[in-house]
Amino acid sequence: MAGRPATKKGANKAAAAPPAQTNNKRKSNPSKEPSSKKAKVAPVATKAAAKGGKKSAKAAAPQDDSEDDESWAYGAVSGSDDSEIEEMDDEFVSAEEGSDIEVGALDDDFLGDEFAESDEESKGPGAAMFGSDDENDEEQGEEEEDEEDIFASNSEDSDDDDMEAKSRKLDAAALAEAEEAEAELQTNIMLESDKYVLPGDDHEILQSTDLQVVQARIQEIVRVLNNFREMREGNRSRNDYISQLLKDLCLYYGYNEYLMEKLFYIFPVSEAIEFFEANEVPRPVTIRTNTLKTRRRELAQALINRGVNLDPVGKWSKVGLQVFDSPVPIGATPEYLAGHYMLQAASSFLPVMALAPQEHERVLDMASAPGGKSTYIAALLKNTGMVFANDANKDRTKSLVANIHRLGVKNAVVCNYDGREFPGVIGGFDRVLLDAPCSGTGVISKDASVKTNKSEQDFQMLSQLQKQLVLAAIDSVDAGSKTGGYIVYSTCSVCVDENEDVVNYALKKRPNVKLVSTGLDFGKEGFTRFREKVFHPSISLTRRYYPHMHNMDGFYVAKFKKVSNKIPKKEDNVDLDEEEEFTPIVEESGKRNRGKKSSGAAKVAEEVAEIGFNADEDEELIRASQAKLLQTQKGIKLRPKKTA
Amino acid sequence: MRPLTELETKTFFEKLAKYIGRNITHLIDRGDETYCFRLHRDRVYYVSESVMRKATSVGRDQLISLGICFGKFTKTGKFRMHVTCLDYIAQYAKHKVWIKPNGEMPFLYGNHVVKAHIGRVTEDTPEHQGVIVYSMTDVPLGFGVTARSTSDTRKMEPTAIVVFHQADIGEYLRQEDTLF
Repeated sequence: MAGRPATKKGANKAAAAPPAQTNNKRKSNPSKEPSSKKAKVAPVATKAAAKGGKKSAKAAAPQDDSEDDESWAYGAVSGSDDSEIEEMDDEFVSAEEGSDIEVGALDDDFLGDEFAESDEESKGPGAAMFGSDDENDEEQGEEEEDEEDIFASNSEDSDDDDMEAKSRKLDAAALAEAEEAEAELQTNIMLESDKYVLPGDDHEILQSTDLQVVQARIQEIVRVLNNFREMREGNRSRNDYISQLLKDLCLYYGYNEYLMEKLFYIFPVSEAIEFFEANEVPRPVTIRTNTLKTRRRELAQALINRGVNLDPVGKWSKVGLQVFDSPVPIGATPEYLAGHYMLQAASSFLPVMALAPQEHERVLDMASAPGGKSTYIAALLKNTGMVFANDANKDRTKSLVANIHRLGVKNAVVCNYDGREFPGVIGGFDRVLLDAPCSGTGVISKDASVKTNKSEQDFQMLSQLQKQLVLAAIDSVDAGSKTGGYIVYSTCSVCVDENEDVVNYALKKRPNVKLVSTGLDFGKEGFTRFREKVFHPSISLTRRYYPHMHNMDGFYVAKFKKVSNKIPKKEDNVDLDEEEEFTPIVEESGKRNRGKKSSGAAKVAEEVAEIGFNADEDEELIRASQAKLLQTQKGIKLRPKKTA
Repeated sequence: MRPLTELETKTFFEKLAKYIGRNITHLIDRGDETYCFRLHRDRVYYVSESVMRKATSVGRDQLISLGICFGKFTKTGKFRMHVTCLDYIAQYAKHKVWIKPNGEMPFLYGNHVVKAHIGRVTEDTPEHQGVIVYSMTDVPLGFGVTARSTSDTRKMEPTAIVVFHQADIGEYLRQEDTLF
């Protein structure tokens, strides 16, 4: 079975940790955490480690009995024994994160253990005790696979004891050496790092493209920034450090400067680094069970029979499966072709779960290709009611239709409109899902081209489009619906101006909607303030997801409830002024688009006058040309109305 | 989007009857909801009337698909069934063929079914009869037309073709561009 080797590996790893650790330490010392901290922590660690060492020794002594070591538990869970598939549905513990942490803890233990050893080395017996512990672990790890009895006989055999004593001495000597070397290195670090000198602007090092140098510098600066008051160097300001850090990050991770700055300020400094690091690692492959055709347990069984190694994606989803590795292409198995599952990122379950469509409802998915979310909606509706799957790109509707048919969705209508035309085509939906087109800063691990090809203009255009779409989505919903009246807005971006800003705009422009809880029990709260912007306090009800935190694509989900179909009119002038500050362009063009239906400059002028905007004619002309320009730009094409 | 003309209905039903025989009536007179066949850009869609009514508000150029596509009329006026209707015709199929696991992939790549791959066959299947092809785990894989009647099949060599391939679910990948 696939599970067994994994389990053994886990055990071996745990057991063999101490010697490996010594090696690692010798090499990687310069890049380790600051020595001053280490020195403080050391005594505590030693105590804890001594305990930890004993504990692990105890755990290792009986052959199979090491439940207190959670890496075991993880191994058992991640294995694909028949027995555990039964539990799969509900009782799965989120092993991924847990295990990571646990392994980290283990390493620390052993690391500390080693300290303890070398400290007490001179005293003899203590050292011997620890040494033997260590060795037993090691031996067990090695021999476990081959012979099971040898361990029991070990302690009685006198020859072996002699050997043990010798090797213990050797080990001790080696450890002492290692310790010394380490101490030397640490003192070096002390000298170097306690006062990190920020390279000046004219410094040669700036031109250096040696990535290791850059990485070291990044780490140093992050360290300084984390404890700025004490670590800063003389009179250098925080900005000096940050601008240097941004440059280095751009160089190291290959982002353009605009995007780097945008992303950097979303997170605290060290978290930002984690985020960039997580973007370099691919996310796990996940699939969604199509409940219209099969059940998760059956699907898991069928795939395991094909040699696929998989696990439930987490407690939060009852239909998701995470695929670790597969001998067959996961997108071409007979089960896939028969529509039993859909290849779908874990993050794209979230907006549909937030939407929570009920049976017999009419739901609109405004930007639906390739149909992962639409088919999930249909599955939740159990093929009752109907799903309007819209996508603005005609080529992408092909895969949308293919997926809808493959998954056996019988109540779907696929259409090809620009989402902004929507309340005009058909309205009165019970629920609307708007997974808006976005910059894709949450899915950089999937598509690294985002790093370089997104400019300020793109962001402006996108957020404008998103604002128009979200208003269209809100207008398409019938507030009088008995079961519904909800709108979910989501993007696969982490940028604030595509998320909170858009939601804030919607709240302001449509006072007849309010934010409600997404019903997702994890994720970070949306920002209520970001840099110079302050948003509506209810935006804390929206949810953000990050690759480094949740091991899924960066994502944002907001859920609105529409309370009435009438858009209450505020005092226009005040309203306008407020919006003018934030998004002047959008403001106008939104108006222009609505004006377009009636078309003709006279009518537009009339409308402008009507809403009490007090501009002179020059300004109006400027606006007209601006709007025209925007319409000719990529991504903002409105089909001319035939009836106009 | 419009209802089928009489001639179209005739050609379409003749083809459909090859697979599900008189069970066509089950498609038309359903207990739960009224369903109808609609023609849109040469393709025939099977859809509930409530969904169809709502879909009328979508423009002709913008409407891509509604309900389930059963197939399309060729330029010569014949009807060609698509694999997308498999769900429905598998439900009402009269004659079925089950193929062994080692025959699944060859069939899903668009090959005919040879005798060696046959696991089970419905008794008394005549020659040139439309049949649904299932895997041994009862997952419908596609449909085809028998080359020989069941009784004749017994005498054939293992490499002889028993079912001519018509459509299979592999087409979702192979023909995504032309199918829809």
